This record gives sequence, structure tokens and C-alpha cells, in this order.
Amino acid sequence: MTDVTTDIRPAAGRAGLVSRLAIVRVPVSIVLSALAVLFFVIAAAAPSVLSTHSAFDTDLLSSLTPPAADHWLGTDDIGRDLYSRIIWGTRGSLLIGVGAMAVAFAGATVLGFTAALAPKWVAQPINRILEILLAFPTLLLALLFVALLGPSATSLLISVGLGTTPGYARLIRAQTLKVKQSGYVEAARALGHPWQIVFIQHIAPNAFRPLVGLVALGIGQSVVWASGLSFLGLGVAPPSPEWGALLEAGKASITVAWWLEIFPGLAIVLVALSFTQIGQYIQDLAEGNAR
Amino acid sequence: MAVDSSIIEAVPISGANAQRHPAVNILRTVLLKVGSAIFVLWGAVTITFIVLMVLPGDRATILLNITSGQTIARTPEELAPINALYGFDQPILTQYIHYIAGLPHGDLGTSFELQRSVANIIGEQIAPTFTLAGSALLLAWIFAVPWTLFTAGRGRRIGAFGSATETIMAGLPQYWIGILLLIVFAIGLRWFPVIGGTSFMNTVLPTVTLAVPLAGFLGQSIRSEFDRTMREPFVLSARARGMSGVGVRARHVLRHALIPGITLSGWAIGHLLSGTVLVETVFARPGLGAILVNAVSNKDFALVSGCVILNSFLYVVINLVLDLIYLVVDPRLRGAV
Repeated sequence: MTDVTTDIRPAAGRAGLVSRLAIVRVPVSIVLSALAVLFFVIAAAAPSVLSTHSAFDTDLLSSLTPPAADHWLGTDDIGRDLYSRIIWGTRGSLLIGVGAMAVAFAGATVLGFTAALAPKWVAQPINRILEILLAFPTLLLALLFVALLGPSATSLLISVGLGTTPGYARLIRAQTLKVKQSGYVEAARALGHPWQIVFIQHIAPNAFRPLVGLVALGIGQSVVWASGLSFLGLGVAPPSPEWGALLEAGKASITVAWWLEIFPGLAIVLVALSFTQIGQYIQDLAEGNAR
Repeated sequence: MAVDSSIIEAVPISGANAQRHPAVNILRTVLLKVGSAIFVLWGAVTITFIVLMVLPGDRATILLNITSGQTIARTPEELAPINALYGFDQPILTQYIHYIAGLPHGDLGTSFELQRSVANIIGEQIAPTFTLAGSALLLAWIFAVPWTLFTAGRGRRIGAFGSATETIMAGLPQYWIGILLLIVFAIGLRWFPVIGGTSFMNTVLPTVTLAVPLAGFLGQSIRSEFDRTMREPFVLSARARGMSGVGVRARHVLRHALIPGITLSGWAIGHLLSGTVLVETVFARPGLGAILVNAVSNKDFALVSGCVILNSFLYVVINLVLDLIYLVVDPRLRGAV
């Protein structure tokens, strides 16, 4: 933990991280992951730069063609170019992932901090509720919310976000409790600082630092959950090129067109793995034990 | 899912309370654990009930529309018999008490869509799902234990290779592994049937699908404890007594390393059952998952709630049993609450 550094070296924030990045040799896996993330971010921001065809133009003469020079990843049953559809679907998939993570993190921050810092009569019930919610597996909790809200991109985002909230809330709570008991918080209290100042200057930044990596990790996981729900037919519906929807649409022709299932899945796996790698790396850096 | 596994590690085990008699401590711990398990179950049921209540739209209307396949507004005359039959016209508190009171008898209500007892539907579908989840857990263990035994604590390169494999396995989405296996082994090589069923040949691919990420998680948790235990002084002393390297690993170190694996298995059982939702869809295999997906898309809330309650019931009970087993196995925990 870098608890003490903030007090001794006030400038240890961003500058410290950058200089450490320069000294530590960045592992190959991180470089590759960063490149993959960059690719998908460009695809999300400006799909026309990377795509070779339109995502929606049908071409019945070249339906279900395997991967080849003019259709890099093949075409679907009505001749739409799969590579371009994956590129155009990136924005939707990533936005749902990022949005779900934002929902989860906002909820988890409020719940986690309250559970750790509020007076007992507030904190105890929240703790209990978190304990109950953790008995629901993520997918089941998300399914419950999808059932309530009906299938759509927005409800997918909210459902996955709420489904993953309890886990993050528990982590933030544990982290905050650890920071709360540390010497510098006690010292700040003893110096007579009001609790708002102690919270903003000491508890919040130190409780959050190890969680930065978690956000990256969580985005990857959210993309996986959201695409999974779409794949079940409970998220974004097929005409959309969202990755889970692509998987669901390809299910019908799985015996004749393997590429329709393999490549959208590969995109999901790439996003999940690269975000996980980067998240873990940031987490290690923040905790100061990167090699 | 990587996040969830770290929650398990984050749960603190407080120090033993030395003042009281050990038997009193054990009894207190057991009672507290049973009490909190019952509490969590009650909470899960209550949350599910609240979800049923806040459901948008009138339940009787939804029920009528589902059974008739229409989406129209209903007249009070049409709704009255339904409301009376299902007790929807009674105060919410009465319905709640009725719901809770029915649970110990296995009464989970009536499915809106299928017009049958939820308990019966679940009872019919539970066997293939249990077979799948159980064999996946077994297979994950069969893979993870020798894998860590051979790659953990053997120098940096082998260790890094081992843990990278585990990270990738743990990160793969179940539905994609399933699709991959289906395309290669069922469609390409024709070793296994493409159309789902519950025979042995139909169970192999779904089992492997579920087992792969789980083996990754298991391997990760066993490995970190394995590495830690390898540095313990008793390992050195066992080696000094003339015990072989393999012997120390298998007889001493592995025993310590299995404990987090067992904890993870308790967590995994709840998640395996929801993982079957995806895998059963990929392989078109009958089971609880298929029923649940169908129920969610049809807004058949009684059935959705039944599945959710069953899942949290299993999760809570299995974890309670594991907690109690630890008390027997690990004396250090007996005073801890």
C-alpha cells in the first residue's frame, strides 16, 4: 500500500505513476492489450475509419461466404460483411460495458462508503442487504432486473450494472475500513479536522487508489455479461450489430457458418482479456508491487 | 468474475477469543452461522417477493395475456376470478405471509405461463442441470490440482506459464467456449451430437465448457496459496528430514493449498447453476437454465422467482455446510466469529 506516500511526498500522484512507468519495463502482454483496447476505442469512436463495408447493406448474392479477401471475416445469411458489423457493433457493446460499470461503481461507492463510515444504525442494514444480494449470482440478479425492465440496451446496461454492484460495494467497504483504521486518518482526526475534510483529503483518495484497476477490469467483465444476456435473447435484439446480438443471430446458421459465431465471440474475448490485463497491471502499480 | 473471487479473500477472520470455554465458542459460532444463513435466505425471498410486487402492470392482466397469447386490456369482470384464484386481491402483507408460509412445504407458487406448480416444473428439470454443474465442478478439480502441482513453485518461467494459462481460462466467456467446442467437436469432427439431449455424449461438451473457466479460477486460488505454503519453514524441515520434493508437495503443501479451493467451490456452485443458463442455451440442452430464460422472456415471474430462490437456497446451504466443515477441519477458526 502507498498509504504514507501522500503525506511524505505530496506530488506522488500522476507524476509518480508516469516516472514509474518509464523505469519499469512494461510487459509485452500489457502493450498488446493496450493496442487491442486502442483498436476497439477507435472502432467505437469512428467506425467508418476501420470498416470496409456498411454494417447494414445486404448482398444476397454473396450470403454466407467464408472469410476471404473481400470479406475478411465472411458474410452473414443476407450477405452483410461480418468484419464491418463487428466494427460498427463496438460502440454499442463498449458503451453498455462502460455504462454498466459506471452504474455499478456509482452504486457501489455510495453503498460501500456508507457501509464503512456511517453510524451503526445505517451501516448495519446496508451490510445485511449486501450480504443478501451476494447470495444471488451476478447473472441471476441481472436476469431478475431484465425481467423487470424488459429487454433493451438501456435495461441491459442497468441490469448488468445493478447485478455487479454488490460485489464492488463489498470491496469498497473493505478498502475503506482498512484506510479508516490507518494512522494518518487517526492523526488527522486528532488534529481536529472536521470529518468532511478527513474524508475528502484522506479516506476517499486512499480508498479509491487500489480500485482504479478494478474499473478497467470491470468494464471487460460487463461487456462479457451484457453480451451473454444479448446472446440469450434478453438484451439487444439481432438487427443491431451489438456483439451479443451478432452471436444470437449467428446461432441459427452455426452448422454452416462457423465464422458468424467465432469472430464476434473473439471480439468479446479480446476486450475482456485486454481490459483484465490492463486492470490487473494498474492494480499492481497502484499497490506498488509491480516488478 | 475475477472480482467475485477476491471478495472471498477479503472476508476477514478475526482472532480467537481465548476467554470462553472452547465448546461454548464452537456452539456460539455454529448458532451465529446458522442464524445468518437463515437471515440471508429470508432476505433473498423477501427481495424476490418485492420484485414480484413492483412488477409493472397488473399481474392478473399479464397472466391472462400470457395464457391467451394476447396483449389487450382486460375488464374487471375478466380479472376478478383470476385475482380470487391467485389471491392477488388480498392485502400485500397477507400475500407475503402466505408466500413465506408456503416455502417450507416447497410451495413456490404457480407458473403464469404453464399453469402448473413451479415446484413441479423445477423438480422435472433439475436433474440434468445438477448433473451438468456437479460434473463440471469435478472436472475442474481434476484438471486444476495436477496442473498447479506441476507448475506452481517451480521457478519463474513455468509458474508464469501456468498462471497465464489460468488467467486466460478464467477470462473466457462460457458461451464462447461452448460455441467453440460445438463447432470443432460436434460440427467439424462429429465426435459428439449437435442436437441437445441429456445422454452421456450430450453431457461431455457442456461439462467441459463449464469446467474450463472454473478450473482457471480454482488454479489461481490454489496456486497463490501453494506458493505461499512452499515458503513455510515446515517445508524446509520436511525436505531436511529426507522427504522427496514431490512427496512434500503432494503430502504437505497441497493440503494447505486446497483450502481456498474448497472455499471457491462453495462460491462456484451458486455460479455454476447460473452458468448453466448460458451453456444450456448454447447446446440446446434441457434443464433449469432453459426454463429460466424462457420464463424471463415471457415475464413468468412466479417461475423466475422460484429459480432464483432455489439458487440462493443452494448457495446459502452449501456455504453453511462448508463453514461448518471448516470448524471441524481447522481448529484455528473455532473461536472466531
